[in-house]
Amino acid sequence: MAPTTDLDTNAAFQLEHVCRHYAMGETSIRAVDDVSLMVPTGEFLALLGSSGSGKSTLLNLMAGLDRPTSGSIAGAGRNLAKLSSLELARYRRETVGMVFQSFNLLPRMTLEENVELPLRLAEVERGERAARVREALEHVRLTKRMGHRPSELSGGEQQRTAIARALVNRPKILLADEPTGNLDSATGEAIMNLLREIQSNLGMTIVMVTHERPLAERFADRLATMGDGKLLSTAATEAAIQDSAEVRP
Amino acid sequence: MKLRDMTELAVRNLREAMLRNSLTTLGVAVGVASLVAMLSLGVGLQQLATSRLSKSGLFDSIFVTAKTNLRGPGAGPPATRVAAPKSRPLDEAARAAFAKLPNVIEVYPQIRFFTEVRFDGKPFATMVAGMPESSKASGSFDGMQGNFFSSANADEAILQAEFAKELNPQTASLIGKDLVLRYAERQALAATDGSNQGGGFSVVPKEKHLRIIGVVETEPASGFGGFGSGRLLIPLTVAETLRAAQVNDLRDVLRDSAGDKPVYASLTVRVKSASLVEATEAKIKEMGFGAFSLLDASKSLRIFFSVFDLLLGIFGSLALAVATLGIINTLVMAILERRREIGVLKALGAADGDVKQLFFVEAGVMGLAGGVFGVFFGWLIGRTLTLGTNIYLKRQDLPGVEISAVPWWLIGGAIGFAVVVSLVAGLYPASRAARLNPVDALRYE
Repeated sequence: MAPTTDLDTNAAFQLEHVCRHYAMGETSIRAVDDVSLMVPTGEFLALLGSSGSGKSTLLNLMAGLDRPTSGSIAGAGRNLAKLSSLELARYRRETVGMVFQSFNLLPRMTLEENVELPLRLAEVERGERAARVREALEHVRLTKRMGHRPSELSGGEQQRTAIARALVNRPKILLADEPTGNLDSATGEAIMNLLREIQSNLGMTIVMVTHERPLAERFADRLATMGDGKLLSTAATEAAIQDSAEVRP
Repeated sequence: MKLRDMTELAVRNLREAMLRNSLTTLGVAVGVASLVAMLSLGVGLQQLATSRLSKSGLFDSIFVTAKTNLRGPGAGPPATRVAAPKSRPLDEAARAAFAKLPNVIEVYPQIRFFTEVRFDGKPFATMVAGMPESSKASGSFDGMQGNFFSSANADEAILQAEFAKELNPQTASLIGKDLVLRYAERQALAATDGSNQGGGFSVVPKEKHLRIIGVVETEPASGFGGFGSGRLLIPLTVAETLRAAQVNDLRDVLRDSAGDKPVYASLTVRVKSASLVEATEAKIKEMGFGAFSLLDASKSLRIFFSVFDLLLGIFGSLALAVATLGIINTLVMAILERRREIGVLKALGAADGDVKQLFFVEAGVMGLAGGVFGVFFGWLIGRTLTLGTNIYLKRQDLPGVEISAVPWWLIGGAIGFAVVVSLVAGLYPASRAARLNPVDALRYE
């Protein structure tokens, strides 16, 4: 689990010539094709692209849910391609938190139990769990709905619960796969505000896959556009440029 | 994940598909119940047979006879024959010697003789047998009509049921009535040539009045000495005082041993437990007597019941084998239904081992619950069979028996077996769940 020697220690992610190819019959599909990208710690990066462009596949590789066919991915200083499946599981548990388009809350569990699940997996002591769950729910302002089941919550509340679940193990990186995809525009905007708030308050790195360019331009620091598995461009957003201009004397 | 958390999650998961998991658990319970019921019958019957046999005194007894030197034909011309050494007589001295042997609790002779009984003015020919006090504990007198002998010297008789029916078909009405035993008393004669050897014996007809106090199905260890089954039973002490002529008396005359002192056809030596039979039997043989016991039969009985239990266990396990298919089916279905959930767990940091253990624990919980209920159902089946058997026996005027037994080892073993079988059944589904690709699982709708 030793970090590679030539990694940028300031980078949350450093991708070098990452490829992910799938075999479908006799043809090989290049879902991710020779992508190199650096995500500095604390950045809010939006991965944009049309359906099938490879952005979700790239996010899964960064989350340690999948392994690259070739190339290297360093996540929080560790080369994910060289980690064992057990070490990858620990990386997903401790280093990254994930948020999905369809929330992926377990329907039979209450909101509190859903948020507690990563703590169980991390074998956090029972006495500490309640406080950690409350803390995570306070971040998303849902402490009053702790005893409810997901089916009793609105889409926005469910996504906020999913964000709390992603935050409960206090990860350094938050990975979000189309977090506003199943929400109306107002709720989507509220979620984006929440993500931005978490990023600035907790100093987290956020990598978000989305196809909603206007939202991404408003909230992300940088946009990375993908097409046919390739990284087509990366550019700082207007908001980020304005922010940095305001900061400049 | 910690075992407690794992178990909580597993139980929660099982509760979600309550009907399906209950049916699967019921399948395991039926399998275990079948196994427990079969084995409880095997164990119960073994205990019944063992206790009956040990109560009968057959397995803690050694049957002693005088050693006979049988010389077959072709033993050579008379001139070359060497006189066979005289065998030790099975007399009072031998009886006393046996009684002094360690671990011997009782030595008594087998006294049986043919005689005539007069009842209600009619004669009946029958075989009389003397019963020691200890035969009361043999179990043969359990459920008898009337009572056992009031004392060792009581002038009382117990009739064997078939013989009693000959006297009066209403056997119960015989109890309390008197009968007359007519027998041939053996009286020793002095030697005519003045030698100290016995001069034979005379036979004098005598009568003995006895009160019928009971009717029993069979004589304990009936006819074991090879003299046929006793049909009129009297206390052994009374039988000894009668000095009735027996079948071996003529042989005793020829052996010059027909003196005044009694010589027994055979003696029964009872020891404290069956395990002491072998050593005592060897000592008696060393003393120059013929001796044999049913120890080998006891070993055969144990082997028989071991094989019997094994076969019952195999048949009982068939239902459990079917139940394992139910567990596999349930868990495979659960994987298909919870594919997305498995993906979420992996995305949240669950290792393959965590997912595998979760399914294992679910299988184990089903096995444990099925095992506990199964043992209860199995016990219930055993009790029901015992109840049914006893109702039938009661209708036949026979004493009740315990034909099933669920000892602690069977309870623990059956529950443990159910858990192990369930875990084995869970092996494939658990491995399959653990191997699921999280990306594919998360994509699953």
